[in-house]
Amino acid sequence: MTMRQQRRHRLRSITTLNLIAALILASVAFATTGPAHAMKIEKVKSPGGIEAWLVEEHSNPLMALRFSFLGGNSQDPEGKAGLANFLSGMMDEGAGDLDSTAFQEKMEELSFRMKFEDSRDAFYGTFETLTPNRDESVAMLKLALTETRFDTAAVERIRGQLLAGLAYAARDPQKVAYREWFTTAFPGHPFGIPNTGTEESVATITKEDLESFRKATFARSNLKVVAVGDITPEQLGKLLDDVFGSLPAQADLKPVADAVPIKGGKVQLVEMNVPQAVAVFGLGAMKRKDPDFMAAFVVNQILGGGGFASTLMEEVREKRGLAYSVYSFLQPYHYGTIWSGGVATKAAAIEQSLDVIRAELKRMATEGPTQDQFESAKKYLVGSYALRFDTNAKIASQLLALYEEGFGPEYVEERNDMIEAVTMDQAKKVAKRLLDNDDLIITVVGPKVDPAKKVAAPPVKPAQAPAGAPL
Amino acid sequence: MFATIGFRRIIQIVALFMLAVAPAQLASAATEKSRIGSFTLDNGLQVVVIPDHRAPVVTHMVWYKVGGADEPKGSSGIAHFLEHLMFKSTEKIPVGEFSKIVARLGGQDNAFTGHDATAYFQRVAKDRLPKMMEMEADRMVNLRLTEKEVLTERDVILEERRSRVENNPAAILSEQMDATLYLAHPYGIPIIGWAHEIAKLSREDALNYYKHFYAPNNAIVVIAGDVTVDEVKPMAEATYGKLPANPKVGATRERPQEPPSVSARRVTYKDPRAGKASLHRDYQAPSYSTAEPGEAEALDLLGKVLAHGTTSRVYKKLAVQDKVASSTGGYYDGSGLDGGKLSMYLIAADSSNLQDVEKALDGVIAEVRENGVTEAELTRAKNSYIATYTYENDNQMTLARRYGWALSLGRTIEQVENWPEAIAKVTTEDVKKVAQKYLDPRRSVTGLLIPTPPEQAKIGQPNPPAKPRS
Repeated sequence: MTMRQQRRHRLRSITTLNLIAALILASVAFATTGPAHAMKIEKVKSPGGIEAWLVEEHSNPLMALRFSFLGGNSQDPEGKAGLANFLSGMMDEGAGDLDSTAFQEKMEELSFRMKFEDSRDAFYGTFETLTPNRDESVAMLKLALTETRFDTAAVERIRGQLLAGLAYAARDPQKVAYREWFTTAFPGHPFGIPNTGTEESVATITKEDLESFRKATFARSNLKVVAVGDITPEQLGKLLDDVFGSLPAQADLKPVADAVPIKGGKVQLVEMNVPQAVAVFGLGAMKRKDPDFMAAFVVNQILGGGGFASTLMEEVREKRGLAYSVYSFLQPYHYGTIWSGGVATKAAAIEQSLDVIRAELKRMATEGPTQDQFESAKKYLVGSYALRFDTNAKIASQLLALYEEGFGPEYVEERNDMIEAVTMDQAKKVAKRLLDNDDLIITVVGPKVDPAKKVAAPPVKPAQAPAGAPL
Repeated sequence: MFATIGFRRIIQIVALFMLAVAPAQLASAATEKSRIGSFTLDNGLQVVVIPDHRAPVVTHMVWYKVGGADEPKGSSGIAHFLEHLMFKSTEKIPVGEFSKIVARLGGQDNAFTGHDATAYFQRVAKDRLPKMMEMEADRMVNLRLTEKEVLTERDVILEERRSRVENNPAAILSEQMDATLYLAHPYGIPIIGWAHEIAKLSREDALNYYKHFYAPNNAIVVIAGDVTVDEVKPMAEATYGKLPANPKVGATRERPQEPPSVSARRVTYKDPRAGKASLHRDYQAPSYSTAEPGEAEALDLLGKVLAHGTTSRVYKKLAVQDKVASSTGGYYDGSGLDGGKLSMYLIAADSSNLQDVEKALDGVIAEVRENGVTEAELTRAKNSYIATYTYENDNQMTLARRYGWALSLGRTIEQVENWPEAIAKVTTEDVKKVAQKYLDPRRSVTGLLIPTPPEQAKIGQPNPPAKPRS
């Protein structure tokens, strides 16, 4: 949840250039082989000059709006870690003339949904409304974005919830593992600062901090908007001006350096008395627009992104029964990409799981995938792309991510060809580039294990499937 | 932003019936009505089709009318264990290949187990549907299991239990509360099973359970997406239609039932990992399957007004006004075949002050039993349900679940579709009546989760240092 911070500055924007109704700048329609029948993505520009992507879909009387302000919790000021997250919790706690209860009751009366969350690089808003209530609901969204109240009672109540959340998180091995992994990987960088803050930092956040963060980071210059559903370009143009038109033209963001994890690798144990140890592992990876990114995406799919079709799942879970869940993912942030993964195994056997994972990473780095793994992964990625576009909310999320990453609507149409174009040689080369190093950072949360109690790794034969006993 | 991956997981389905509609929205509910089609094959398998033509994809789900509450005594967890084992092999599908085949076809698959039903699903491009039906029909009767596969998967499930329960103090308390709330009914036994019983489950246990309960006449297929009944029917006949019915699986489900609740119960669980002190309260109540007409709908709305979200009475009184709680929540779970419950929880603002929290909660409950809810509260709750219902129509997976779950419990499509009208009809008097009847302390279990002093977390090198292994 969250976003960011401090300097403020506002430029009145000149909004007179596009006085005529919303302008459709471009539109891309897909053939039936694309993600959806005739899903058409339009680029819309409001009379006031605010751009957005739109997919019109009139079969249900609903509209989903998803938007982001670049910045996120990387903009938390020094000593105020958790500020963006705090702000995300305040956005429905009263605005304009409405205190928190009045605001929330009105939300329920109008039946719209509004959620805010911060990530490391952006502050996200999700808004869904029923068509009959759209105008009134949109007015509430505008109020929340521009006249947030930060009443003392509400600030203190949310602070109490955040502190309770921190108390739980401090004892949740999964959350502790990720927090410590980022702290270790990114010393001196905002990514290394806990994104929900600490008890100390959350205790010092004031309503002035919240207000200045909002003013500095909610602006038109760092805004991206996608709308999907029962709305026309003209209606959307008006909505964009209504909701976002009065925001400052320019965000006031502090510069954030590229996020590059430490080199040389590290293994650390955070002692916690839990029956099951949790491990998080990861390293830096190529940026979203690096020519190797797509191949890395395929490699990750093979390793740990493909559920039961992935090699980590095969080796750790299916063959050895060491874990319920083992996975990896490639996460392209605006400021840098990480490749990361995790596993949870009974405390006495966590080292064994990690050994299996290390061996698989090494195998992938040096030998690359098998032809079958490679082709299967590509088939999945190509064939399943349409599944990401089957609800308004999912379409909005998918498109916003592309928009933020600097792609155009045509990406959706070209994406499967990009996957198809990845060659085996490229996959091998990229696996090596990504994994053939000593940079893996591993954080384990669990009890200190008596070496005598460690479970020996059972030998596993190569993957020749034994014939099952017939019923 | 980190993916949590829950394969073959248990989902305690709680909110499937949290959809309602008030008068203004009846039109949109009616639109949906006309979309649903259904037919039954000669072997007893019911097929439900929910057309949604916005994208060329389908969700294919097979529901079995059996779950954790149908297990033999002492074999807790076998329903869920079998769900995992269903991904092993058949004569046609080699070990572990089921999900890989689905993935190569660009699909996603998973499964989940509840107390009353077990379901398997795939999401695929529509032209892959016949293959999915062929594969599901195949594993409905042709599953093969080896001893080794079973033992390895049992370890996986013990890890799953550690992840879900043993690493999570709130989940431990929740198990203890259910076991206390239900004196006789198997709803008191966790779906995933007790660890010591899981550890003894065998290949034979799994196969016995499978052979008895997995049959076309004990299953329902739900398909939501870019298809019509006319397209689906020949596909279903060519796949599921070839399977024999199992005459031994009974039409009625006999499970031990609860005696009357005559005594309020309490459970306290202390754990250094608890974080903050919290209070949990469950009341036994009827479900949509067992309630008198209109009662379950009234309970749904009562749960919303009383405890769900930040506009609820409990939140406004304890978190906003008195400030004795930092967070609160609650809901009515009416999805069970043999009963439901009203649940609520409160996190104490000050961990040493749980008594004040309980006293304030009891005050709110006494007030609602005495005076009921207001028209404004009831209307807001109805509106909120209407919206949820409409928003959920955006998602074919949710639609498939809505119908699959209800039909697995013996409800009808018509009952599901009439639900919005039934919600719209609920009056403040109805809500007051169910509050008086079911918020009776004698029907309740109160659970306290108390943190004990945490051990100091230490960050350092693992011991022993990681050894590379070739």
